[in-house]
Amino acid sequence: MSREKRIGEVVLDLQHISLAFGGVKALTDISFNVREHEIRAIIGPNGAGKSSMLNVINGVYTPQQGAIEFQGKSFAKMNPRRAAEMGIARTFQNLALFKGMSVLDNIMTGRNLRMKSGILAQAFRWGPAEREETAHREVVENIIDFLEIQAFRKTPVGRLPYGLQKRVDLGRALAMEPRMLLLDEPMAGMNVEEKQDMCRFILDVNDEFGTTIVLIEHDMGVVMDISDRVVVLDYGKKIGDGEPDNVRNNEDVIRAYLGVSH
Amino acid sequence: MFYRENGQFKTSYRADQQIFPIRQDRIFMLLVLAVAFLAVPMLASDYLLRAILIPFLILSLSAIGLNILVGYCGQISLGTGAFMAVGAYAAFNFGVRFPFLPLMVQILLGGLCATIVGVVFGIPSLRIRGLYLAVATLAAQFFVDWAFLRIPFLTNYSASGSVSVANLQVFGYPLQSALSRYLFCLSVVAVFALLAKNLVRGAIGREWMAIRDMDVAASVIGIRPMYAKLTAFAVSSFIVGVAGALWGYMHLGSWEPLAFSLERSFQLLFMVIIGGLGSIVGSFFGAAFIVLLPVGLNNIPHMLGLPLSVDTASHIEHMIFGGLIVFFLIVEPHGLAKLWAIAKEKLRIWPFPH
Amino acid sequence: MAFFLETLFGGLMSGMLYALIGLGFVLIFKASGVFNFAQGAMVLLAALCMARFSVWIPAWFGFESKFLANLLAMIVTGAMMVVVAWAIERVVLRHLVNQELTTLLMATLGISYFLDGAGQIMFGSAVYAIDVGMPKDPMFLFEGMFEGGVLVNAEDMIAAAVAAALVGALALFFQYTATGRALRAVADDHQAAQSIGIPLNRIWIIVWAVAGLVALVAGIIWGSKLGVQFTLSTVALRALPVVILGGLTSVPGAIIGGLIIGVGEKLSEVYIGPMVGGGIEVWFAYVLALVFLLFRPQGLFGEKIIDRV
Repeated sequence: MSREKRIGEVVLDLQHISLAFGGVKALTDISFNVREHEIRAIIGPNGAGKSSMLNVINGVYTPQQGAIEFQGKSFAKMNPRRAAEMGIARTFQNLALFKGMSVLDNIMTGRNLRMKSGILAQAFRWGPAEREETAHREVVENIIDFLEIQAFRKTPVGRLPYGLQKRVDLGRALAMEPRMLLLDEPMAGMNVEEKQDMCRFILDVNDEFGTTIVLIEHDMGVVMDISDRVVVLDYGKKIGDGEPDNVRNNEDVIRAYLGVSH
Repeated sequence: MFYRENGQFKTSYRADQQIFPIRQDRIFMLLVLAVAFLAVPMLASDYLLRAILIPFLILSLSAIGLNILVGYCGQISLGTGAFMAVGAYAAFNFGVRFPFLPLMVQILLGGLCATIVGVVFGIPSLRIRGLYLAVATLAAQFFVDWAFLRIPFLTNYSASGSVSVANLQVFGYPLQSALSRYLFCLSVVAVFALLAKNLVRGAIGREWMAIRDMDVAASVIGIRPMYAKLTAFAVSSFIVGVAGALWGYMHLGSWEPLAFSLERSFQLLFMVIIGGLGSIVGSFFGAAFIVLLPVGLNNIPHMLGLPLSVDTASHIEHMIFGGLIVFFLIVEPHGLAKLWAIAKEKLRIWPFPH
Repeated sequence: MAFFLETLFGGLMSGMLYALIGLGFVLIFKASGVFNFAQGAMVLLAALCMARFSVWIPAWFGFESKFLANLLAMIVTGAMMVVVAWAIERVVLRHLVNQELTTLLMATLGISYFLDGAGQIMFGSAVYAIDVGMPKDPMFLFEGMFEGGVLVNAEDMIAAAVAAALVGALALFFQYTATGRALRAVADDHQAAQSIGIPLNRIWIIVWAVAGLVALVAGIIWGSKLGVQFTLSTVALRALPVVILGGLTSVPGAIIGGLIIGVGEKLSEVYIGPMVGGGIEVWFAYVLALVFLLFRPQGLFGEKIIDRV
């Protein structure tokens, strides 16, 4: 599969990130960068620290050491709201959907940052408030169309099958109109068809909106196919970084996955 | 057969977003309003108005307020009685010291004071969760109980410890008769219910529900948990405060702190659980249930020829409440409102079974 | 000075009594992660049962010995509390495994109302007396040091001793026995404990039964002191700040918390009370707990609550 890509400058730069919980070292001295419009995969055996890495990027965890540079601005500390405001959105490995709400409402929450009406305006729901709600509804409906979940828009998400819930998770992240999308195992637990659909969505998002994508994924086929560059983690350390083919042949990587050197 | 969406196509998001998108629901709502505003005044006895309908309306309003906090935002509050008390006493104080203030303004000011107190006791809630918040709200309850008993300024130095209001009027119409009070309460409750419904189906409502369902994920989307919880507390306390002022002014006439005791707080919580957490209409169901049960317990055994003593009736009431709470929490956490929704679903496909 | 000491002692004593009730809270929370709002109702139920049976049994079987009556009543009540524990597990807890804290709390609130009503229907709602032979006379201590001595309630001292003994036994139980370990596992995560083979149902029945027996002891002591009446269940609400202060998962914490609250209440009532109109006992404990929550939510000895994403 070859695509026209306009991979740009470095948009995210992680420098010497170290993260520990009590005595447990989740990440040790990790540095890598992500370029604009690219699809960057993070791979590694279970427990390597991949989810922790994503959590650091969008501020859920604060690293003990290291700096994050996003769009040229350097942060020692990031918090989730600021990350959201700066255009970083993410999905979750274990799905963090709002079980009590419908698909439509879940994705609408992704628009919350951009909704400006105050409480009083919302209570009376006069002109501007109603119009704002409708305008955001339109954006969300476009996303619903894109993800092909129109039939389920009023269903409470708790009732949907897992594959569809994952799409809603993606939809909610897309609703934030992010510059950078962090996907934590978006295809976990899916069958082949669902994976193909999800791949298509991710590629489309990257193509149409130019969103930079950082994705954690276990399926090597997917990784090799769609990513531009790959970072490999093992036991919290970086053991590989580069184009998929180079990484695939890297001895350290092979050893980490298989346990013996070939 | 009668209740279906066939042929009702929405051609705009605005139409799809309305409170009652199905035409039959709109008709039903209009009927309910017609009965409430027109039929009841013509047919209801004074007793019905004073003992059942007015308390039902005011407690529904209070339940709506509590539901916003507990049902929509997932925070627990055991001190609702205290906030009702603040609303009532604050309105009273404004009325006594500034008699020129119109009735509605007094009531709204009462609500505002309740908001302030609510926010003050709610700020600790930002750092603590669940059961600890229950402790904080209990602290509010006991403190407020004490304050309105022992701080003479708050009761306008009343010798008996209780306060009373008189000569209530709105736009020059006196509010003495049960009917006038009923209509006043009905109007206030209807307006507030609409405002509350607008809030919960808008952006702030979604924020509240996001915090309730998964607050970590909510912060990742950019929702500030602190802001959401505080606004939930504030809006909830305001509504509850207004309800408290109405309770004192319209229902009791004269009151003392006991009227807003812990028992009342629990009662409101039960209304919300039984009626349906996270549902405006559920608040009405819950209030109706709580108001009607004692009446039923007092009258039905009598009619069946098995009189119960007042004490026993009260104990049975406790058992029924307790049992129902457990029942609903286990079987149907969305309470009577969900049962109502299920009934409507069945009605949609009637006369077919599925 | 003697007056201050009296107040202090009074506070310590009442603190111990609170601790007795707080123990029940801690037990259940430690072992099932449930915050049991029904503890007060359980104390009331136990006290009612005790009071009535100690009068009924001699009447039915026609004997006079108070000691025997009390003993038999205690056994009956103990058995009843076990049955109640079993019923609560069967009817309520089993169906609420792994629900959120607030749901469980509200469920125990419902249980509390139910037990309250049921207890009073079964046993009547007048005020009853429990007489287990507790000394009612005041004692005077330190008569040498202070003129007239320091007035102390002998009944309270015995209660304090009983509470201390109970706490000691329970603390040892949790720390050093296998069952204690299992209980702590269950408190941490119901499903995880279940998946390693801990029989959740049995554990819960045990725990609630033990809490019920603690409630029995508390009921006897409080009932003997105050007479058995429905306000007993609201007294239990006063014990809640005790466990907040001490830490919901700490048995010794219940005692320390109780002492602090007891002393604090009494001292503040006597010395600060008159300045603000009196009666601040009603809220002092709660506001103290609230302030504590702001700075140290886990209490003095509780486990720190960590949130993971």
